[in-house]
Amino acid sequence: MENQNKFTLSRRNFIRTSALASGGLLIGFNFLTSCGETAAPPVDITKLDFKDFNAFIKIAENGYVTIFSPNPEIGQGVKTSMPMIIAEELDVPWNHVSVEQGALDTTNFSRQVAGGSQSIRFGWDALRQTGATAKQMLINAAAAKWGVEASTCSASNGIIKNSNGDELGYGDVVNEAAHLEVPEDVTLKTTKDYKIIGKDAINVDMNAIITGKPLFGLDYVAENMSYVSVMRPPAFGQKINTFDDTAAKAVNGVSEVVQFGDKIAVLASNTWAAMKGKKALKVQWINDSNLENTADHDAELFKILDGKNLEIRREDGNVKQAFAEADKVLERTYESPFLPHNCMEPMNFYANVTADKVHLVGPIQTPAGTARRIADLINRSEEDIHLEMTRMGGGFGRRLYGDFALEAAEISNLTKQPVKVIFSREDDMAAGIYRPAIKYRIAASIKDGNVTGYHLKEAAINSNMYGLIPHFFPAGAIKNYKVESGNYQSNITTGAWRAPYTNFLAFAEQSFFDELAELLETDPIQLRLDLLKNVKDGEDPNIQYSAKRMTDTINLVAQKSNWGNTKDGIYQGFAAYYSHNTHVAEVVDITLKNGLPLVEKVTVAVDCGIVVNPTGAKNQVEGGVIDGIGHAMYGDFSFENGQPQDVNFNTYRLIRMKETPIVETYFVDNNLSPTGLGEPGLPPAGGALANAIKAATGQILTKQPFVKTLQKHDASFKA
Amino acid sequence: MASYNLKINGKAVAVTVDDDTPLLWVLRDELNLVGTKFGCGIAQCGACTVHLDGTAVRSCSIPMASLEGANITTIEGLSDDKLHPVQEAWKELDVPQCGYCQAGQIMTATSFLKQNPNPNTEQIRTAMNGNLCRCASYNRIEKAVALAAKKMS
Repeated sequence: MENQNKFTLSRRNFIRTSALASGGLLIGFNFLTSCGETAAPPVDITKLDFKDFNAFIKIAENGYVTIFSPNPEIGQGVKTSMPMIIAEELDVPWNHVSVEQGALDTTNFSRQVAGGSQSIRFGWDALRQTGATAKQMLINAAAAKWGVEASTCSASNGIIKNSNGDELGYGDVVNEAAHLEVPEDVTLKTTKDYKIIGKDAINVDMNAIITGKPLFGLDYVAENMSYVSVMRPPAFGQKINTFDDTAAKAVNGVSEVVQFGDKIAVLASNTWAAMKGKKALKVQWINDSNLENTADHDAELFKILDGKNLEIRREDGNVKQAFAEADKVLERTYESPFLPHNCMEPMNFYANVTADKVHLVGPIQTPAGTARRIADLINRSEEDIHLEMTRMGGGFGRRLYGDFALEAAEISNLTKQPVKVIFSREDDMAAGIYRPAIKYRIAASIKDGNVTGYHLKEAAINSNMYGLIPHFFPAGAIKNYKVESGNYQSNITTGAWRAPYTNFLAFAEQSFFDELAELLETDPIQLRLDLLKNVKDGEDPNIQYSAKRMTDTINLVAQKSNWGNTKDGIYQGFAAYYSHNTHVAEVVDITLKNGLPLVEKVTVAVDCGIVVNPTGAKNQVEGGVIDGIGHAMYGDFSFENGQPQDVNFNTYRLIRMKETPIVETYFVDNNLSPTGLGEPGLPPAGGALANAIKAATGQILTKQPFVKTLQKHDASFKA
Repeated sequence: MASYNLKINGKAVAVTVDDDTPLLWVLRDELNLVGTKFGCGIAQCGACTVHLDGTAVRSCSIPMASLEGANITTIEGLSDDKLHPVQEAWKELDVPQCGYCQAGQIMTATSFLKQNPNPNTEQIRTAMNGNLCRCASYNRIEKAVALAAKKMS
């Protein structure tokens, strides 16, 4: 989207100011939505609530600025990058800015959610306007003080100047500014004037992280709090028949054992006692529904792919005819397992349910929705719920689901005491909300050396690709095109996992294109570029990738990776993918050691519009790419009789440093509005790796994790 | 329950806990030193890494029964007012994403650099292989260990 610098939107609709009792100016604002007619920010900074405003800026009398960042921080860097945008337009030195995590008091906010890589994209305009409006208010206050026209004054680096050469610091006029009208028209900076945006800013929580300060949900403690370990059914499809808690209660430190639903909570004076108490429970489980197996899932998903009951998600032209008239047809089926999220910080939450209020503290990507569900669950008004967000030790989608917070609230409500629910790693992996197992069958028809038809079928556990995914590339690039999906309903809980669906779909399609290129005797990159020529940007509102931006991104990666001109012994694989509004192209370089692949380097080109914080942006891309390679290579998770077969890192394999490639990231230089980076780096990685392995060995990988196929190929393969 | 005397971050500390309680939970729940993180409980992820007599160990898997008189350093005690060169390197290269595993990574790195002050890339990758980072900030961790070695030489 073209970046805008002028807005007609009324500032009054989403910004309000107040003079702080302790001196200084407080600006409350909302992203996208307006605030209520009567809303006013508090005059006491300790009374900040996030009901009417989801973000605040405090400018103190010494000119220092505190930004209360509204979005949950899961490691995607928004706690640094979003305040940078405000500081840019406010025009204050970045080292005069400090950032605090905003809490949440449930209602009336717009988007206080981390997910879908959308924080920056949605915040961009509101954050810039807020910063610019605040700066104009300070200029107006200074102008009034000097008795000159505001238009003769300017502000930069926290200092306001007039044409007579007078100067005032922002802090000198904050108390006056607090009583002025919020200006209606402000002009935003153009990108060439940026001083903060586009420069590296290290993570605002850096010192706290590297010195071990309490930041995370697991670090939160409250007076008289009990530590709680929860026994959940060991298999999906089971429930409690009877249980004996004699031995659990005998564990030193255990204070109480209580059943809630099909779970049992063990409360204790410390975490270890709670965990020991849980292990001492003797529970008889009975089967409530089917105990499912991975082999059954495989059979069911194949039945869907082979069947006729799929839902059409997009259809162009006549695929049937294209295949009937084809010279050649290529068809492949791609398979992926369930995956657990495995955030390094296991799920946990604090709850204290009392007669007057419900106090909740913890790591959650969806504070608002979770607060509402808790209100429903324990039959309380939403007004009573006060939820504080902590920094999160990873999210990857898992912390969109508030199940652990609901457990804490329910246990506190039952036992009438403050509790902290802590999952062990085994709890975390076995009571997951997994990436569903999925299979894709892709077929393409070729006639006279051109791709004439494309048919993709998706069979997934529980749910299917969502939103505009059916309209992603190659939709629009191939005349006869069809996407269909179907699902099998399982009692295993599934949900969003970093780059939902596309984390595997991109691998399937991008591997398929590599084979297609071979069949067409053309270079894999050239095939993509040729197909993109068929797409007219903006013609189909459902097609949101840009052929131009994707072409530029692909050309950049081809150049930076030395595509086609590498040293002997290096094999390359290419993939490109658009997701979460960002265009990404990747080239993986591998070498062979004893005939087996070693991933050496990944060259990445990214078009995410204006790069707000280059160091943070690169960190997201590096992480996403290695995450994509790691899970494609090693991620495996199966069920026997409803029970996950891996519950800790001794058998569940995550990528480790020795297996990681060096990631080199390059951004397409443009002035377009920024888009997110938490997810888009991941989807192309698996495909680019598979294509490199194919180039090196001829081995065609259609099933994740790759390590299983490679091990079959050579039992000695461990890397 | 038994009483244990330890030296933690240079200070004498006495705690009364069950013999089988892992050091991790004594640090976190009894002493409020929460910089040491819980990740897996079975010494597979390294989030709980501390120094025992100067050497990196997994605090989740060492019971208190074996620690009478032990000298422990946690992330909170790694440096005084100034940052340790390893922490400096972490900061300079903007290593963390979510940040949860980083205390453990830093404790592994500091112990490793004491034994091998001038490591090559392969040695760094081997030394850090036991510490998981789910955000996969591995490239930066690798570079930060090399930078720290340079700072300390």
